[in-house]
Amino acid sequence: MSFIKYLIQRLIYAFLVLIVISFLIFMIVQLPRGDAVDRIVNARQAQGDIITEEDEAALRAQYGLDKPVFVQYFIWAAQFARGNMGQSMLGIPVSDLINERIAATMLLSIISLVATYALAVPIGIFSATRQYSLGDYFWTFVGFIGLATPNFLLALILLFLFHKFFGLSIGGLFSPGVEDQPWSLAKALDLINHLWIPIIVIVTAQTAGTIRTMRATLLDELGQQYVITARAKGVRYRRLLFKYPVRLALNPIVNSVGYILPRLISGQTIVAIVMNLPTLGPLLFSALLAEDVELATSILMIQSILAVIGVILGDIMLSVYDPRIRMEKGVT
Amino acid sequence: MTPDALLEVKDLHTYFELEEGTLKAVNGVSFTIRKNRTLGIVGESGCGKSVTAQSIMRITPKKNSSMRGQILLHHESGAVDVAQLDEDGDEMRDLRGRDIAMIFQEPMTAFSPVHTVGNQIMEALFVHGERDKRAARKRVIALLDEVGIPAPERRIDEYPFQLSGGMRQRSMIAMAIILNPRLLIADEPTTALDVTIQAQILRLMKRLQRDNGMAIMFITHDLGVIANMADDVAVMYLGKIVEYGTSRQIFNDPKHPYTKGLLRSIPKFGTTIGKHLATIKGTVPVPLDPPDACPFANRCAEFIAGACDVRMPAAVAVAPGHSVNCVLYE
Repeated sequence: MSFIKYLIQRLIYAFLVLIVISFLIFMIVQLPRGDAVDRIVNARQAQGDIITEEDEAALRAQYGLDKPVFVQYFIWAAQFARGNMGQSMLGIPVSDLINERIAATMLLSIISLVATYALAVPIGIFSATRQYSLGDYFWTFVGFIGLATPNFLLALILLFLFHKFFGLSIGGLFSPGVEDQPWSLAKALDLINHLWIPIIVIVTAQTAGTIRTMRATLLDELGQQYVITARAKGVRYRRLLFKYPVRLALNPIVNSVGYILPRLISGQTIVAIVMNLPTLGPLLFSALLAEDVELATSILMIQSILAVIGVILGDIMLSVYDPRIRMEKGVT
Repeated sequence: MTPDALLEVKDLHTYFELEEGTLKAVNGVSFTIRKNRTLGIVGESGCGKSVTAQSIMRITPKKNSSMRGQILLHHESGAVDVAQLDEDGDEMRDLRGRDIAMIFQEPMTAFSPVHTVGNQIMEALFVHGERDKRAARKRVIALLDEVGIPAPERRIDEYPFQLSGGMRQRSMIAMAIILNPRLLIADEPTTALDVTIQAQILRLMKRLQRDNGMAIMFITHDLGVIANMADDVAVMYLGKIVEYGTSRQIFNDPKHPYTKGLLRSIPKFGTTIGKHLATIKGTVPVPLDPPDACPFANRCAEFIAGACDVRMPAAVAVAPGHSVNCVLYE
């Protein structure tokens, strides 16, 4: 089977999976009792407006909520497929809301992802090759602290410390007033000043787990016979280490890169809320609270699409990286 | 010193420090491997034969092992005591693969699964100074052909899991002999293979020995294979050599009760019909802090209380080149 055929097959499966997911998302978001119109009516009545049955029905018709739920689903799905994500309850097109935040989200996620691997992989290698040494215990300790500390707590502590000792307000990605200015060196520096604290918070959480994974898989590989074979050939230990066991130990990490794609969108939601970061996580959160159906389903759908693409991407990367997988799947 | 000695092991001890105590895997072993000859080391699982081989290569697990004794590798210009070298040092690394090479029991796990066999065989050349990639590749193809792998120019780019067990073991042999080592240590090289492939591999090793003039240290638990391969035989039990002699002496005139027991337990066609196969009763104990006595005492049919269990019997020569460690011959 050729690579193209394999890819087409995977994409067809992915499409089918997405149809099922989209249906589930749509249904689950509809589940809470009452709908958006009820909320509008309640809000207006609270302000003293008088809303008649006809007004309510008109509103329902305007939002398409008078039709059976399956019909609503097909209307929504057809629109979404054309790239029309509809209107948010805030009166702004959903696509505008998402566009506004996608750049900051990606920037933050990708930098912290790269930083996570740049830290976790070398530390994992260090820990595994010096198992039970002082250094190994140190990093194990640091790792567990990182795993056990809730992110939002770390975020709060850092916010507090920076405010108290440096008088800095580090919430958000820009200082007040800077965001609307055109791009300049000063604006970029301001962004960098705000960026590194959220990155520390996110990286602390992600690194701990990745160190543990890297250490465990590498320890496994170090005990393999092929390591002894290479030593018996006279290969230098350091060279041997990176050519054989480290390469094999990176397998699960290469594969997991695919799963990270959806996390780019809504990972670290609580941290983003605490630190007032303009990413998609808090937007999804508030959309769900407000029963903003169009917005919530759109973000969830984008995330699902990324998840499905991520898995395919992870598999492709792994088959490039590991000949066993490549041959097994017949992808050449 | 024997005039044609290549490797002399003298009073080798290799211990592992475990939480439960000291595991004396190799506990005072001496033998000589002669040029162009094959020494067979035979014994049950756990008798220390593989650890002896790993000690000579200095590839025992670093963390908890310790070593004592001499391992003299003779050159024309003199001898090097391998036991004294730094196991991670350049001198030891250069010796591995070039002077002493090793083939392993499980050719599947002994190769990295994500590198081609060609890559891994050529690596042996590259770490020992080869710079020319094309020359290395040509050399490997020629060698794969020599060890009997069909279509070597295609096989060189294949991964270990694409080869059959026999072909993997042939590749492993090619990897070991590519630098013409003077000593080839074969640690159960045919155990994982079926019988027909086993016979082919043994024939191949004999041919290579004849063509390249190398000594072989052949480790196995299979007495049939030893009879086929070895010039000299050392019988190991629980970290000690209990009997040593030429192949003929060991098989025709075994002295030690353990050797006799091993030979009796080989099924012989026609003679054991309707009878139980002879076995050695009990199992091999774990050599954790063993007493200083004959290791076989607790399983021996000819055990003498007060003699066998108080000290380790010394080696007694029962014939020229044939020695046994047993109180019955002292």
